[in-house]
Amino acid sequence: MTATLGVQERDETILQTMRRGLALSPELRAGLAGTLAFALVSMAGRVAVPVAIQQGIDRGLRAEGGPDVGMVGLIVVLTMATLTVTTACGYAMMVRLFTVTETALAAVRVRAFRHVHDLSMLHQQAERRGSLVSRVTSDVDVITQFLQFGGVILLVSFGQLTVALVVMAVYSWQLTLVVLGAFVPAALLIRIFQRRLARAYGAVRKRLGEMLAVIGESIVGAEVIRAYGVAARTSVRLDTSIDAHRLAQQRAIRTSVFSFSTGELAAGVALAGVVLLGVRLGADGTLTVGQFTAFLFLVTLFIQPVQIFTEVLNEAQNAVAGYRRVLDVLDLEPDVADPALDAANGHGQSLPSGPLDVTFAGVGFRYPGSATEALADIDLEIPAKTRVAVVGETGSGKTTFAKLLTRLMDPTRGQVRLGDVPLPEVRFDSLRSRVVMVPQDGFLFDASVADNVRFARPTLTDADLSLAFAELGLSDWVESLPDGMDAKVGERGEALSVGERQLVALARAYVADPDLLVLDEATSAVDPATEVRLQRALDAVTRGRTTVAIAHRLSTAEAADEVIVVDQSRVVQRGRHADLVADPDSVYGKLHASWLEQTR
Amino acid sequence: MASRERQGTDVRAGRDVLLRGLRVLGVGIREQPRIFSVAVAGSILFSLLVVATAYVVGAVVGDVAVPAIDAGRPEAGALALAAAALVGLSVLRVGGMFARRIGAGYMQFRLQAAYRRRVTRRYLSLPVAWHHRNATGTLLSNANSDVEATWFTIAPLPFAVGTVVMLFGAVGSVFVADVALGLVALAIFPALLVLNIFYSRRMAPRQALAQQLRAEVSAIGHESFDGALVVKTMGREAEETQRFRERAEDLRDALIRVGRLRGLFDPLLEALPHLGTLAVLLVGTARLRQGAIDVTELVSVAYLFTVLAFPVRAIGWVLGELPRSVAGWDRVQRVLSATGQMRYGQQSPAGGPGPASLRFAQVGFRYEGAGSPVLRDVSFEVPAGRTVALVGATGSGKSTIASLACRLVDPDPGTISLDGTDLRELTAASLAGTIALVPQVPFGFDDTVRENVSLDRVLDGHSIDDSAVWQALRLAQADGFVAALPDGLDTVVGERGTSLSGGQRQRLTLARALAGQPRLLILDDATSAVDPRVEAAILAGLRSGGTSILVVAYRRATIALADRVVYLEHGRVAAHGTHTDLLARVPGYANLVTAYERAEAERERERAWDETLPPDSEPDRPPAGVAG
Repeated sequence: MTATLGVQERDETILQTMRRGLALSPELRAGLAGTLAFALVSMAGRVAVPVAIQQGIDRGLRAEGGPDVGMVGLIVVLTMATLTVTTACGYAMMVRLFTVTETALAAVRVRAFRHVHDLSMLHQQAERRGSLVSRVTSDVDVITQFLQFGGVILLVSFGQLTVALVVMAVYSWQLTLVVLGAFVPAALLIRIFQRRLARAYGAVRKRLGEMLAVIGESIVGAEVIRAYGVAARTSVRLDTSIDAHRLAQQRAIRTSVFSFSTGELAAGVALAGVVLLGVRLGADGTLTVGQFTAFLFLVTLFIQPVQIFTEVLNEAQNAVAGYRRVLDVLDLEPDVADPALDAANGHGQSLPSGPLDVTFAGVGFRYPGSATEALADIDLEIPAKTRVAVVGETGSGKTTFAKLLTRLMDPTRGQVRLGDVPLPEVRFDSLRSRVVMVPQDGFLFDASVADNVRFARPTLTDADLSLAFAELGLSDWVESLPDGMDAKVGERGEALSVGERQLVALARAYVADPDLLVLDEATSAVDPATEVRLQRALDAVTRGRTTVAIAHRLSTAEAADEVIVVDQSRVVQRGRHADLVADPDSVYGKLHASWLEQTR
Repeated sequence: MASRERQGTDVRAGRDVLLRGLRVLGVGIREQPRIFSVAVAGSILFSLLVVATAYVVGAVVGDVAVPAIDAGRPEAGALALAAAALVGLSVLRVGGMFARRIGAGYMQFRLQAAYRRRVTRRYLSLPVAWHHRNATGTLLSNANSDVEATWFTIAPLPFAVGTVVMLFGAVGSVFVADVALGLVALAIFPALLVLNIFYSRRMAPRQALAQQLRAEVSAIGHESFDGALVVKTMGREAEETQRFRERAEDLRDALIRVGRLRGLFDPLLEALPHLGTLAVLLVGTARLRQGAIDVTELVSVAYLFTVLAFPVRAIGWVLGELPRSVAGWDRVQRVLSATGQMRYGQQSPAGGPGPASLRFAQVGFRYEGAGSPVLRDVSFEVPAGRTVALVGATGSGKSTIASLACRLVDPDPGTISLDGTDLRELTAASLAGTIALVPQVPFGFDDTVRENVSLDRVLDGHSIDDSAVWQALRLAQADGFVAALPDGLDTVVGERGTSLSGGQRQRLTLARALAGQPRLLILDDATSAVDPRVEAAILAGLRSGGTSILVVAYRRATIALADRVVYLEHGRVAAHGTHTDLLARVPGYANLVTAYERAEAERERERAWDETLPPDSEPDRPPAGVAG
């Protein structure tokens, strides 16, 4: 499995990411005009005070005949009225913004979750498990946290910068040029720092990922680490990764301080410039004391956003990177798709009712990135209602056979048909309810035994389940559990032994009542007596259905109606056990001889 | 499925959390006092300079601009001085900022790193049983996001401390300028503080709820994707999505509630200093008229209100994040204070070199929270150099015995001894050096084949070199597939070894065990995914190796290789002896190990019987049970 299968990392600008995001979540546009209108009004509140200062000084403080308290009072009251309106608009804007973005992101989160499940098994396995999970958890969390904090600050700052600039220009274009003169070189410098900062934060994210991988492994591998006494080695690795992350963080903050102080120095220079030129302009009569004073306030309003931008840059980059990862997973086309979603092909069809036969016609399969075929030239038919065993050595291709049969993967050549319907045309709701596979590693959910068994059919009662266990001959085992069927199986079923997990997984498949049951070494960790008992029970209850069992224990083959022998990616023998075993030099003959050696 | 136990702490009353949060900050300060002092010194310098700047701006307006504009002629000297003062102050502020920001950042990162080390150290020393009780995802977030949350508030702390100093300086200086303006300051600044605190306390429970829901969403995501194959093969995507959606929408609603509160308070916190400035303007004008102050003082105070608005928010950031900090601290402490750490002894096993002997004496074991013990009164011995097979039905306690034998867990009651020494008396190193366990489910490190086998272990003063690795791989019959891997020993096997097949992983972990040249080898059904012929070859190699072996097995060939068999039924030793002896004497045992033969014999009989019947008499589907 190569990287080509996994989610592709894109190299795109923030704007491109946003465009992609908007295309996926048109609801983000909902009420946008209103939100922007509220934003615009609330921004006006930012400059209300400097304007009030200018008015107050020029019309009140320096009024003809001494300070005019009444006039200042009027100005103050008017400004307060303005602030009331702008504050209310600020509230409206933020509430609308949060509601729209959170709703859109929750929808994206759920869609990404569903999408990951819709990806083919190969796609899912090509990714680190944690990486897929993070796309619907921490990646989205980072975006929402950013929107709640940095995002709003960024938006407000941008507005503040704009209105401050407009008001400054109205008061004096000369002084505005002075301020810009101080800020343009600073902005260029900050741009350079920002680029370095972006790289530094990129390094932090990378180190963080590596650190999490090392910590995760030390947790999952706790038992092995203990048993082999390699805690010291693991500590060294942990410390190395933790320190590498810390050093990357420290490097980033050093760069950010440079960027930040550039803005601070520019503010000082701008203030000095305003004083030097402003006082002269005032002396010439082109600028009032109020306008001059207001300017000093406005420079401060102008500088803050520049500083804040540096502050939230890391958050913003994290958020965009997270957004990109979520969008990337949504852009990944499921390569084993449900035909029900494909209108061009008439939404697929259902499997014919009744027992199913299986046809492999010229089937070959090559794993992506592999040079050779894992299965080649498979042409066979399995009649309905038969019990077939597929045997072969490890790596012969028998598990690949099971995966093609259940459409976990599509063949690279040829066609698989069930009940004469080509598999890619079978709607998933029909396929998954009629064809069930029990994998070797029967994953259990952190719930009770009963809840796990009724996974596919939640409506089954406890009595139904008891009956099912009895039919499978597992009643004794269930009764031996501490709480019977209500026993908790723990995370991934780890409170049960491996063999017990397989029993639960088998019962789960059995109650799903499939017409084609595929067992992929489903009882490999179960003791022989239980296996034989299960085998017999399954034989009885699956009579009339088609069963395909992948097995390396040949006991399964001995009991089957037909045995398919796979060797080096090809079917080399077919027939009844009794007939195949007659040729001791055949592949099956040798496998069986070895099996006898092992078991007798 | 079962909703994971709600993570996080219960939503506590605000004040309690704030106090506890301050205590957490205290711990951080005590651990990094020097860097904290640097940061706070820088912050105080910065704050005082901000106040000074306000007075310089006031003076520029009152003492430079007004006379110049009134006179229609600027005074060059005063102008230059004012400009120089403004630039000079700005340079000094940058100095303070460097100390504050770098200091605060370093302090935060050092604390995070230190606590990550402590937490992961703890993981390595806590017993396996403790690991079993805690979900992987929880432990990962304890070491990552909980540590981060704990020290998140350290970053704005020096700024907040500096701001408090600034507030006192500001209020004091305003009083010096004018009592009336001082009263305005006294009304506005504490109001800002109160509003901040009120905001934080209202926000705390909402944030806590959101954090808790985040953890729940994450837990569902982890579990559902871990079980993706089951979800897919059973066609339960829609139901799983629904399960996820419910929690995701709860989280969305919680976040919107957080946002609404923010939407309410943010504009208020924004507006309050503005009101202060307006009040200063009004009161100042009246005082100016009375001749109590001049323009310099009025502008200074007004400017002070404007520049202080932002830093005061820093106090709110610290207070607002304290609940998160406390929640993180509690979860981190749960790990750091967890008990049950395995104590190791001081001894090394008496025997050796050469095979070791293992003895179980009246051993019992019960998993925590389980009603009945899984093992009762288990006694048996693996004599030095012998092979003992552990046989029993699924769920009879075999894997538990394997875990006990290499001291992943301790028995209660009873003792397990190696060469006559209680396992609990042995050092950790001698345990790991003497006994090797090959678990039923193989675990591969995300590392090269070489590292997976050698684990950088040292044997008798020598590290395990490539030839030793190859030898172990050969013994485990893994040399063939490793040689065929694209990079041989340097091939990285991927996360949890998933790029290898089950049988390959088993043989790799077997090679890992053999590379350590253990004196006692414990195989917990460790060859189940290996084909019979491959297994036979491995066993032949092992048998000549001269180690004692305890093997959990179902295959008769494996059992037949054993010198003795211990037969378990429901957690008790039902019988022990040689294979032939037990076969003859113990019906349950015979039943278990001859199951395949008997099944085949029965089938033969059925077949013979079937052939006497006419064709097509086979019944169709059985009468419907549950599955019908």
